[in-house]
Amino acid sequence: MSNQLNVVVVGNGMVGHHAVEQLVNLGAEHNVSITVLSAEDRLAYDRVHLSEYFSGKTADDLALTDEETYQDWQVDFHTNAKVVGIDKQQQKVTTVAGDVFEYDKLILATGSYPFVPPIPGGDQDHCLVYRTIDDLESIQQSASCGKVGVVIGGGLLGLEAANALKQLGLATHVVEFAPQLMAVQVDAGGGRLLKDKIEELGVQVHTGKATQVIEAGEQCRYRLVFANGESLETDLVLFSAGIRPYDNLAREFELTIGERGGIVVNEQCLTSDGNIYAIGECALYQNMIYGLVAPGYTMAKVAAQDIIANHTNLIEEAPLRFTGADMSTKLKLMGVDVGSIGDAHGRTPGALSYTYENQPLGVYKKIVVSQNQKLLLGAVLVGDTSEYDSLLQYMLNGIELPNEPEALILPSSGEKPTLGADALPDTATICSCLNVTKGDIIDAVDGGACSVADVKACTKASTGCGGCAALLKNVVDKELENRGVEVKKDICEHFAYSRRELFDIIKVNGIKSFEELIESHGKGLGCEVCKPTVGSILASVWNDYILDASKLPLQDTNDNFLANMQKDGTYSVVPRVPGGEITPERLITIGEVAKKYKLYTKITGGQRIDLFGARVEQLPDIWSELIEAGMETGHAYGKAVRTVKSCVGSTWCRYGVQDSVSMAIFIENRYKGIRAPHKLKFAVSGCTRECAEAQSKDFGVIATDKGWNLYVCGNGGMKPRHADLFATDLDDETLIKYIDRVMAFYIQTGDRLQRTSVWMENLEGGLEYLKQVVIEDSLGIGETLENQMSQVIGKYQCEWKTTIENPEALKRFRQFVNSDKQDTNIQFVNERDQIRPARDHEKIQVVNIMDTNDAQKHKELALEES
Amino acid sequence: MSDKRWINICSLSDLVENSGVCALVEGAKNADDLIAKDRQIALFSLPSMSEQVFAIDNFDPIGKANVLYRGMVGCNQGEPIVASPLYKQQFSLKTGQCLHEEAQVNTYPTRITDNCVEVLV
Ligand code: SRM
Ligand SMILES: Cc1cc2nc3c(=O)[nH]c(=O)nc-3n(C[C@H](O)[C@H](O)[C@H](O)COP(=O)(O)OP(=O)(O)OC[C@H]3O[C@@H](n4cnc5c(N)ncnc54)[C@H](O)[C@@H]3O)c2cc1C
Ligand code: SF4
Ligand code: FES
Repeated sequence: MSNQLNVVVVGNGMVGHHAVEQLVNLGAEHNVSITVLSAEDRLAYDRVHLSEYFSGKTADDLALTDEETYQDWQVDFHTNAKVVGIDKQQQKVTTVAGDVFEYDKLILATGSYPFVPPIPGGDQDHCLVYRTIDDLESIQQSASCGKVGVVIGGGLLGLEAANALKQLGLATHVVEFAPQLMAVQVDAGGGRLLKDKIEELGVQVHTGKATQVIEAGEQCRYRLVFANGESLETDLVLFSAGIRPYDNLAREFELTIGERGGIVVNEQCLTSDGNIYAIGECALYQNMIYGLVAPGYTMAKVAAQDIIANHTNLIEEAPLRFTGADMSTKLKLMGVDVGSIGDAHGRTPGALSYTYENQPLGVYKKIVVSQNQKLLLGAVLVGDTSEYDSLLQYMLNGIELPNEPEALILPSSGEKPTLGADALPDTATICSCLNVTKGDIIDAVDGGACSVADVKACTKASTGCGGCAALLKNVVDKELENRGVEVKKDICEHFAYSRRELFDIIKVNGIKSFEELIESHGKGLGCEVCKPTVGSILASVWNDYILDASKLPLQDTNDNFLANMQKDGTYSVVPRVPGGEITPERLITIGEVAKKYKLYTKITGGQRIDLFGARVEQLPDIWSELIEAGMETGHAYGKAVRTVKSCVGSTWCRYGVQDSVSMAIFIENRYKGIRAPHKLKFAVSGCTRECAEAQSKDFGVIATDKGWNLYVCGNGGMKPRHADLFATDLDDETLIKYIDRVMAFYIQTGDRLQRTSVWMENLEGGLEYLKQVVIEDSLGIGETLENQMSQVIGKYQCEWKTTIENPEALKRFRQFVNSDKQDTNIQFVNERDQIRPARDHEKIQVVNIMDTNDAQKHKELALEES
Repeated sequence: MSDKRWINICSLSDLVENSGVCALVEGAKNADDLIAKDRQIALFSLPSMSEQVFAIDNFDPIGKANVLYRGMVGCNQGEPIVASPLYKQQFSLKTGQCLHEEAQVNTYPTRITDNCVEVLV
């Protein structure tokens, strides 16, 4: 084993912590001892998401680590331990408390501090900054006794701070010295639009205003007086006028610093002293401070690798180096999308630009291109950043632009040039966390890798944040295809088939169990990917009772316990409310059950009622009572029909042209319980006003004076999609026939966890093809599809009813096989007159204290035995 | 002192094949640990493996809830695993090591005597 190496890390911000992580990973076997000295009174937390503190996140939620983790890693850490002295000769640092720590290697990760412009009166009590959790606590306190707040500085952080003040209920103003907002990232046009949008949201923006003095106010606590004589009253002032590197240690102890501050580092992140590194926002590389977290993380990795490589003498072939970073950013500020790429201001000599502005929609886009119009140099996007990713690829990889580059930002009237995996040059970075290029991937494939997993294993691509997974898969599949390799759509290591293929295998061979299938067509024991897939195929093909003992091991906990698991291990209970129609009696029953079992009650987004906080052992009793009152399971846990939302329709509404409620109830009862690749949602609206939002559902039905219009493959959720109009003016019978057919076709051909929207988008031939299959019966399978549906429809049973009648199945509903006790880790506290799960710090540790008599007895026994 | 002992949990037929159940091992069973916490142990029955029954902590250190017994079992490159029902990370049933993140749970030896499942705690 090599000699012990003492590494001391000063500062435990995001970057300092990342360095610790890297050192722990790399140094595990090399006898590296790590000491962390933090000036703050807590360990590292997520500064990037600091603002979420105001929307309910706690300091614990923001924490990036905790004391236990550091102890597990054997990291010696000290909080409230600001370093005040460095002795470079003796290799020691001293903290403010006088403690001394020796180092072999020192990492300075001291970050930066907010710059407060020297405005007279700027040092009063309610003049604050926005950087640490402590700052946020002060802001919260100050805001609670004020009405108006001003942020000085209209940059990225300033706007974020303004949003926070607004959330705290203050009338909010932003004062910016420059003539526009976000002058670093956005050009004048973008800044103008941004200002309009932000003012629309109720924040007053004052650009081109220099604050000269902060004096006592009349209506409010203070008054800001501007250079032009105007003034603005406020109770709170928040400075966000830029950051300055925390380089005081370097200044005092003679490490080289930049002209305008920052600890000068080289490509290894070494300072002018060979044993001292600087990383993160305190470091200055080629005259640049990188005020973002990603470059800081790269520096942390570079420094850690350099330290370990030197210590172990295992100098790598191509050691990692920091050579600058791209500062493009995409973010949402107060709900406004803003993107800035590369040379946003067109400062490159000869640069030309294209601009598109749509004032009514509030969209501004600009691209900056090279003189020969071949390369993208930069871009500004305000109000719509959907093209950000592909523009960034053009810029980073120097991909040649299409002939009319403006098409990249114009609203698509037709085909938008897309950027396929083939178009990327070999130098394109695919995974930025692990720095893997397309070339590296091609090498791996040439070297024999023949799946995404292989490529992952040999390049480590996609093992960091995971954000590149889709792109990686694209590139690998494309490369394999280019080599004539048939790309496998295997669902996992246990089955070399896609869901579609498994569906056919099960159906054609009449396979009834997972064991049979894995025996004949797979290998191993299965996993959490293939088991539920097969379970759902078996259920949709044979529609047997879902809690059938042979299916238990195949299903996710939600399906096994017929309820949705919540974060604390309890479950939710959702009775079906077909079409959203419910009698007062049933409402009362639901209320009484909730009261009796002390459940949290909420109206869902799907027109029904969810009861939360049921322990696993309570579920059967709760459901017995609901079923007693005539209710059924709502399948909120299943990949099955969820809700059929309805509007009130012609029965009551003066505009309704058909009875949407009856149709919704009919549809919901017809399809309930049927298992599909993913959940299915429906809605029926009684007229074209569309109060049931049918066009955002998998199946949407809208009444016309002649019948019904059917829409298919809509989606809300993560990637909303409007449903496509499939057929018009249908009578009841045809409507149901078409739904039957589309649904059966989807169940048969959809991939695992593929909603109908994505299914449609991947369906060769798209909507037209689906119409041919369903309406014109071009494949001649129309009747088969209908038969399939009528078979499964005929087999419906309320799974909860079947369960409570089956003593074997009920045995599953208990926490312990050997005890009737409850899980003491499940605890609730009250909020707004109902329960909610207790957070970690609110929990009471439950311990067994033995009865003293008993204890005495045991002791005596123990004595006797010894 | 090494006070590990075999505890009788339940009969073999109480287990569910290829799935899990949870046992409560109560604390404070001897005079030296007057105050000891109860322990929840997840038991998995994998008839096709030579071990047959695996025992690990029931507490999911990532989701922070007592739920591992409700996870799905299977294998990853031959290693028997359970996937947490909360966020789906896999834990090795042999070592307790999480295969996806830095996390670890305790494992316990098991044996079957006269159709009774016993765990060494
Ligand atoms: C309860 C509810 C929120 C609420 O309090 O209102 C809810 C709760 C959950 N939703 Fe939802 N969704 C609820 C309405 C919706 C809606 C609105 C709607 O249905 O009109 C949507 C968007 C519409 C859509 O699906 O197209 C919605 C889109 C999602 C998605 C994203 C799906 C997508 O395709 O992008 C998920 C994740 C998934 O399914 O993979 C999700 C997943 C979930 C899960 C299952 C997450 C989980 O695994 O714990 C939540 C279960 C809660 C529970 O225990 O019951 N929920 N969810 C709503 C239940 C409606 C009901 O009565 O059944
Ligand atoms: C509100 C907000 C939003 C942000 N949003 C984003 C974003 O969306 N994207 C993005 O990329 N970046 C964002 N950033 C910037 C990002 O947070 C920083 O780039 C990152 O935190 C820098 O990390 P660091 O470790 O270098 O510095 P810091 O996180 O500042 O940590 C330095 C630590 O060192 C301590 N320290 C200083 N001197 C000493 C000493 N002498 N002894 C001991 N300890 C010392 C400090 O107290 C501090 O705890 C945001 C920042 C803020 C404030
Ligand atoms: S949006 Fe849906 S999934 Fe997300 S937290 Fe709300 S209920 Fe849960
Ligand atoms: S980009 Fe984060 S893992 Fe690849």
